[in-house]
Amino acid sequence: MALILERRVERARKWMWLSPLLALALTVVAGAIIFALAGVNPLHGLYTYFISPLMDGWDREKLIAKAAPLVLIGVGLAVAYTANVWNIGAEGQFVAGALLAGLVPVFLPAWQGPSVMAAMLLLGVIGGLAWAMVPALLRARFHANEILTSLMLVYVMRLAYDWAVRGPLRDPQAMNFPKTVRFEGWQVLPAWGEIHLGAAFALVAALVLYVVMVKMLKGFELRALGSSPRAARFAGFSEHRAIYFVFAVSGALAGLAGACDVMGVSRQLQAPYEPNYGFVAIIVAFLGRLNPVGVIFAGLLLALSYMGGETAKVTLGISDNIAKVFQGMLLIFILACDTLILYRIRWQGRA
Amino acid sequence: MDAVLPILLTIIAAATPLVLAGIGELMVERSGVLNLGVEGMMIMGAVAGFGAAFMTGSPYLGILAAIAAGAAMALLFGFLTLTLATNQTATGLAITLLGLGLSGLIGKPFTGQPITRLPNWHGIDILVIFSFILTGAVAWFLFRSRAGLIVRAVGDNHTSAHTLGYPVIRVRYLAVLFGGGCAGLAGGYLSLSYTPQWIEGMTAGKGWIALALVVFASWRPWRLLAGAYLFGAISILAFTVQTFALGIPSQFLSALPYLVTVVALVIISRNRLMLRANTPACLGRPFVPDR
Repeated sequence: MALILERRVERARKWMWLSPLLALALTVVAGAIIFALAGVNPLHGLYTYFISPLMDGWDREKLIAKAAPLVLIGVGLAVAYTANVWNIGAEGQFVAGALLAGLVPVFLPAWQGPSVMAAMLLLGVIGGLAWAMVPALLRARFHANEILTSLMLVYVMRLAYDWAVRGPLRDPQAMNFPKTVRFEGWQVLPAWGEIHLGAAFALVAALVLYVVMVKMLKGFELRALGSSPRAARFAGFSEHRAIYFVFAVSGALAGLAGACDVMGVSRQLQAPYEPNYGFVAIIVAFLGRLNPVGVIFAGLLLALSYMGGETAKVTLGISDNIAKVFQGMLLIFILACDTLILYRIRWQGRA
Repeated sequence: MDAVLPILLTIIAAATPLVLAGIGELMVERSGVLNLGVEGMMIMGAVAGFGAAFMTGSPYLGILAAIAAGAAMALLFGFLTLTLATNQTATGLAITLLGLGLSGLIGKPFTGQPITRLPNWHGIDILVIFSFILTGAVAWFLFRSRAGLIVRAVGDNHTSAHTLGYPVIRVRYLAVLFGGGCAGLAGGYLSLSYTPQWIEGMTAGKGWIALALVVFASWRPWRLLAGAYLFGAISILAFTVQTFALGIPSQFLSALPYLVTVVALVIISRNRLMLRANTPACLGRPFVPDR
């Protein structure tokens, strides 16, 4: 073995912040190689992917609109992962929130006024929260692995949504297209250009959770349970309570993100609906160092990766799967670079 | 008999990819590594297998390509989790996300293309037979051979194994590569025999179900095989019921495998002591030797 890890005496704080930058640089290099393999001039490809979406004012607005759900979900996941609870089913909780919020315009189309907006957002929160409580309960009560259960429930919720939008919620006037009536008036989130109110929610959620995690006992409790569960139990912190808490927070925020997405962007429910925000938010949480403020920047970067994928598809004729490849590579490089926080890497010849 | 045989064959077709991927992951977990990248390795196997079969015309070369693609993803996973000691949960997720994207990118030209299907007798092909041989071989290896004992020792207590002079990291690399090859093969079964087509995202969570089956089987090969067939039977039963009882939404039946997986996990995990006694003690814990 040529590559040796040497444990550092202390965590290298410097690498906490350098690691994402190095990972980004490595992703860009790997991206250049992929563009070259796909027969695109690498520099032109990288420019199209990473820079051109930022050149236009309208695109910059769209970037913030796309970052909103990623940050909303990402901060919740950051809190959960800090406590070593692996909610990877945020995509399902997101769809649950969207579905529940969409019930109001379908069944109470005449309801207008600020109350309807509040009700729809609240239903979104409830939808995400309720769907997240299932894996939380199964983990706390029956010790069932929350990674697998929360992920399985994504598939279940996608199918439930599909059934609802093709069946009972479908707009009879939509010529058999699987979509609901369009949301009108107060059923739509206020927006400034492309940016809707969800962006403000994301900012508030990130700041509130930052205070909770850094300044409050709850944050300490979650970090303690995540890093040394035994010691945390001796301190009297309850593992069960933490599981319910982080699933509730991350599920509620994912549900809110779902409600905001359908109320602010598509303004109706449509099938299929697989924006993948819930999965990409996992990368956002890690890139943001599981720190709610870091998540804001990470959310913007991953929103850019979505935009870049769309631009590459239109102008370069490359499949928009390139976005998923960039996202996956980014996470892999971050995890690899994070090794430098705990270890020094040495090359060693055969002894 | 005329009615039973087709049902039995569909059950076999549904269970085989789960057996292949599950047995591979069982070996990985027995060595103490939690590989959540099964889904990503599987889909890479599916696209590579299909691509190779499409370009060469030989489904057998497709099988080899599927195994190689799964193992290549596993090598990346191994480098990260074993050499760089990264968090196994996050790394597995990263591999899955990367695999789903990369396979979509590579597979674009293959969508809707025909290939020569793997030769079979009423749907039973060499991979079905191989899945049984694999189960038996892994069961023998883990519980009857000295090398298997070392794998289990590494998975149960890597510090002791290291102290005794066993190469913990090398054993885990081999197990991870084996698991990746099996996952790739399972993907190859889907695109070369089950469908046989390339469809983006065609694994549809089967890699995750295989992971759940390993827990359900308490890390024992023959139980995993039984679990996969039970699972296949339940999901096929749902489709058979649908033909009699109209009015059940098709989405509900499609959701059934995932719901069954959740229920199975709950049943098997309920007894915490039993679960802990069966789980490889070092599962998911990175090992960095002190020097």
